[in-house]
Amino acid sequence: MVVCQVTLGIVLLVLWQGASGRLIDNFFISNPVDVGTRLVGWLKDGSLFVHIWATVYATVMGFIVGSVGGILLGIWLGVSPFTSRLLNPYLSALNALPKVALAPLFVLWFGLGIESKIALAAVLVLFLVFLNTYAGVREVDQDLIDGARLMKATRVQVITKVIIPSATSWMFAGLKISVPYALIGAVLGEMIASNRGLGYLVQFSGSQFDSAGVFAVLLVIALLAVVLNFLVEIVQYRMQQWRVVGR
Amino acid sequence: MINLRHVSKTFRKQQEEVHAVRDISLTIAQKEIVAIIGPSGCGKSTLLNMIAGLYPPTSGSIIYKGERVADVNTDVGYMTQKDNLLPWRSVRDNVAFPLELSGVKKSERATRADQVIAHVGLEGFAHRFPHELSGGMRKRACLARMLLYGAETALLDEPFAALDAQLKLSMHDLLLRLAAETGQTVVFVTHDLMEAVTLADRVLVCTRRPASVALEQRIELARPRDVLNVRFTNEFKELYDALWERLRVEYHEERL
Repeated sequence: MVVCQVTLGIVLLVLWQGASGRLIDNFFISNPVDVGTRLVGWLKDGSLFVHIWATVYATVMGFIVGSVGGILLGIWLGVSPFTSRLLNPYLSALNALPKVALAPLFVLWFGLGIESKIALAAVLVLFLVFLNTYAGVREVDQDLIDGARLMKATRVQVITKVIIPSATSWMFAGLKISVPYALIGAVLGEMIASNRGLGYLVQFSGSQFDSAGVFAVLLVIALLAVVLNFLVEIVQYRMQQWRVVGR
Repeated sequence: MINLRHVSKTFRKQQEEVHAVRDISLTIAQKEIVAIIGPSGCGKSTLLNMIAGLYPPTSGSIIYKGERVADVNTDVGYMTQKDNLLPWRSVRDNVAFPLELSGVKKSERATRADQVIAHVGLEGFAHRFPHELSGGMRKRACLARMLLYGAETALLDEPFAALDAQLKLSMHDLLLRLAAETGQTVVFVTHDLMEAVTLADRVLVCTRRPASVALEQRIELARPRDVLNVRFTNEFKELYDALWERLRVEYHEERL
């Protein structure tokens, strides 16, 4: 299978190379050789690493901030029926809002630096993690809570020893699906206003009519996404080993 | 010790009103073992839930040791019909849960948990998770947890329904020995008349829903009882027949 997959890749590259300049103008689709040259050039002068690092940093920080916020918010609202009903319409409205539209606000608040990208990634992550955590907390079997309360569990103990463990599988589901969104948030933030990062680089190359550059960055972003997904799979596997997630 | 005064409970499901319990008055003395028996779905569990304080009665009141039960009653150990073990904890950690809640040290928890686990015949299963156990084993784990909690009153909702006949006998024996040792008050719900007469000091026969007490029968069999042989005595047979006469009416009406 791997052989076939590699072969398909080579065939596609050859077709791309062949089509470029003959069927479709090189200006629009560039060609693999140019893209490769561009990548090697960036790798040699080291500029690519600066951009990769900026994006990775924003993604990871955004993910951490967003997931911590989402989990805390989810647990808090999950165990406070009154507050959750009170805030429900506002949270629905916020959730329905395309988060990308917040980007200009974040630039205004946090400046052009990395903070505004972290904020955008964090907001995207926060809502996904929040919704999952909240659902998980609401889903907790009331009999288990009653049982613990009959055994003199305090409210804090009910939350830490029954509600949170019971909701972990939901939380991890939320964390897992939100990883790609952290990357989206970081890249989008960089595209909107930045002088660093892969999003900036793709935007910059596009504005220079440098299609080879655009394809090169897209390739890097795709690779980054694959690596992130792979890391998530590893973490998930370990979690199941520790029986944190499985039931 | 436990006083029920004209307790009724009505559930509201959308437009429909379901009367689960109607006007039950009852006094349970300390160290008494009371069996509540009646057709399934008659509101027996509702009664236990109210004694445990999980929800208040619609009318009437429940007094526990002179105080009105308003919130969860932490003086009772409650073994519900559905086992409510925590699925992410091993049997040992589940059984030790009440100790963990009261802040007992980890090593002591494990030792004490293993003792009661052995008591209910679950040795070798301490590391297993609830989903790896059979229904009967889960029940026994719940029983072990309740024993470790050491409440002065035990509420048991069909505690031995999922067990095979032999295991049932040994659990009956265990329950009677422990109740005698610890002086626990025991209120249990069952639909097994044999079980009720074997264990209890007093058997209450409930009517079909809404539950009210149709018959109250003292069981004056000598203690300690031999759970296997007590059922072959004449006294046992008389009590059994008398209770069955009344219980049968409920079941008959159900059929018709």
